[in-house]
Amino acid sequence: MAVEMAMEPDYMRDPRKHHFSPYMENGGTSIAIAGDDFVMIASDTRLTRGFNILSRNQEKVLRLTPHTMMASSGCWADVLTLSKVLQDRITMYSHEHNESMPTTAVAQMLSTMLYWRRFFPYYVANILAGLDEQGKGVVATGASVAQIQPLLDNQVAALNMKGATPPKMTKDLARQLIHDAFISAAERDINTGDGIIIHTITKEGKTEEMVKLRRD
Amino acid sequence: MQSRMVELETRNQDPQGDHGPQERNYILSLHDVLMKKSILNYNGGCVVAMKGKNCVAIACDLRFGVQAQTISTDFKRVFELGPHLYIGLPGLATDTQTVLQRLQFRIKMYEMREGRRLKPHTLMAMMQNLLYERRFGPYFVEPVIAGLDPNTKEPYICALDLIGCACEPADFVVSGTCSESLYGMCETTWQEDMEPEDLFECISQSLVNAFDRDALSGWGAVVHIIEQDKVTTRTLKCRQD
Amino acid sequence: MVEENERPQAGFQFSNFGRNEALVARGFQMPKCRKTGTTIAGIVFKDGVVLGADTRATEGDIVADKNCCKIHYLQPNMYCCGAGTAADLEMTTQMMASQLELHRLNTGRQVPVIAANTMLKQMLFRYQGYVGAALVLGGVDKYGSHIYSIHPHGSTDRLPYTTMGSGSLAAMSVFEARWKPNMELDEAKQLVRDAIAGGVFNDLGSGSNIDLCVITKDGATMTRPYDVANVKGQRVGKYEYKRGVTEVLNTVVRPIEIVSETVKVVSEEDMDTA
Repeated sequence: MAVEMAMEPDYMRDPRKHHFSPYMENGGTSIAIAGDDFVMIASDTRLTRGFNILSRNQEKVLRLTPHTMMASSGCWADVLTLSKVLQDRITMYSHEHNESMPTTAVAQMLSTMLYWRRFFPYYVANILAGLDEQGKGVVATGASVAQIQPLLDNQVAALNMKGATPPKMTKDLARQLIHDAFISAAERDINTGDGIIIHTITKEGKTEEMVKLRRD
Repeated sequence: MQSRMVELETRNQDPQGDHGPQERNYILSLHDVLMKKSILNYNGGCVVAMKGKNCVAIACDLRFGVQAQTISTDFKRVFELGPHLYIGLPGLATDTQTVLQRLQFRIKMYEMREGRRLKPHTLMAMMQNLLYERRFGPYFVEPVIAGLDPNTKEPYICALDLIGCACEPADFVVSGTCSESLYGMCETTWQEDMEPEDLFECISQSLVNAFDRDALSGWGAVVHIIEQDKVTTRTLKCRQD
Repeated sequence: MVEENERPQAGFQFSNFGRNEALVARGFQMPKCRKTGTTIAGIVFKDGVVLGADTRATEGDIVADKNCCKIHYLQPNMYCCGAGTAADLEMTTQMMASQLELHRLNTGRQVPVIAANTMLKQMLFRYQGYVGAALVLGGVDKYGSHIYSIHPHGSTDRLPYTTMGSGSLAAMSVFEARWKPNMELDEAKQLVRDAIAGGVFNDLGSGSNIDLCVITKDGATMTRPYDVANVKGQRVGKYEYKRGVTEVLNTVVRPIEIVSETVKVVSEEDMDTA
């Protein structure tokens, strides 16, 4: 059957539309956990294309303001463009208002910017994390989201456990969960690996930590 | 010659081809995204099996649906094939039942002819033959086998793909619509040498939390813990949405 | 269509084919089967051949098996590495191992490697590439040491060193740089290890451990794993659940009782010559 199809001249076949495919999946996984007085955001450092590794050392968390960070993954070209435009508008805001842009304002602006491209969207999955207006929320995004999300539901929100209450989120617990979730993701997802960078934002400032993952 | 081969390899295996954004129309219908329109996901459902210390566990959800519509919530996809032998058949429900019937026929023939109980490993080989026979027109099931060897009482678990490639790991196997979530849960919560009670908590929590993030499975779960002297079957309380 | 005879029949069954095609026509995707996005390699050295493989099996982007065996037994003097559709490789090599054993029993001599090569290529050509098996066949017989690469459509090459699978380019670059004729055993093993490691680390479809199989005229030795190239990550937390934390609706316990047990002691007995 396949041979017959190939021998058929093209004018005999159904009309075929040539697709414009402007996007590329470059992988990347990010997690953020918020506590009462801190927020932790982490991403892996592997950049991929198909079965190839483009970089083992690509930080995917962007520093937006002194107390706001954003983890982006998806089409890397879109990540770069989006972050550049976002940075510019944050700078403009700070010049206009003479203060750094609050996290909630950045979130609102990001939402507007993404919706502006409703019919030719940026192929980017974002997590915005920052101080002020902290809820007890957990977010994971990117390649391994299906593997990580149920674990966080279970461990952070204590779902499906009789008599269990959600644990108080401390920095140690958040770091442990992020670390272990990435270890599991690296075991089973081929696009996640090499390393993770965990950022912690508190009132006192930001810290970052690098952890190695498997490299295969 | 080499280059032609490489081309074939990349064409077959390049993940871009499977679900990269190039391949799909980038204004997706929400329905297609949610339903992952593969025939294996048509009726939904998932199965997981784990090894413990001198015991094994196998668990499944109870949803039977037609794509997004839930038809019934008491559809079992794990079946008893012997005193220490269980098989889970997630996939297309019609094939779950057909494969089970064909398998039961073959098992009966085997046990009559050989005059002995079927070992889990033999069941795996039987399943491999049954599925690979239809390599070019497969049954849409991805079976999971769990059991204890009748002679040595060794725990045994195994997962097959829809054309009969077996995988026999030392820890756990997963299959069905939320296999990715199950991998993530099991990978973190599974430990070596769990006692039956701990194994039950581990497999139940893994399954329930995994399928709560999947629209196509859930609505209750059944867990079998298989030990040398008894089989404990528990029905779990789950979200019903 | 009702199948009258439920007994297993020889050959492939196509009774589901029409139904499955109809489903595809209705917009359902055919499910993907398990592939081994693989790095496999083989070289000839002074006293025989060395075959190598990684141990990852993938289903799309997910690792289905972290430690699968991709070096398959064919004969005591012959092994075969496989890349492609996992079930095809498993069944093709099993089938070939039995055919070769029958051949050995029929002819009463060791099977030459070229015979296995011919039988494999004839089988794969018959299925026109639909049996997705890409193989590196290696063995030693009375004619010497041989490495063959066999492609899914049935073409074969006899080469001193070859690689296959999605990591084949990474592995081949190592061979092109460092392979030379008449290598010593240790050097040859190191070279194959490094070639597979090239695939393991640079190709996402390959990973986990490195298996080696050395075949000389004295027989074959499988080393599995030869090198644990990637250690499982260490978790910080313990994720043990308290007993009773899962809500149970009902419990049924069915004891498995042994009704009777007979123990038959089998021992050597002197022949009754009275």
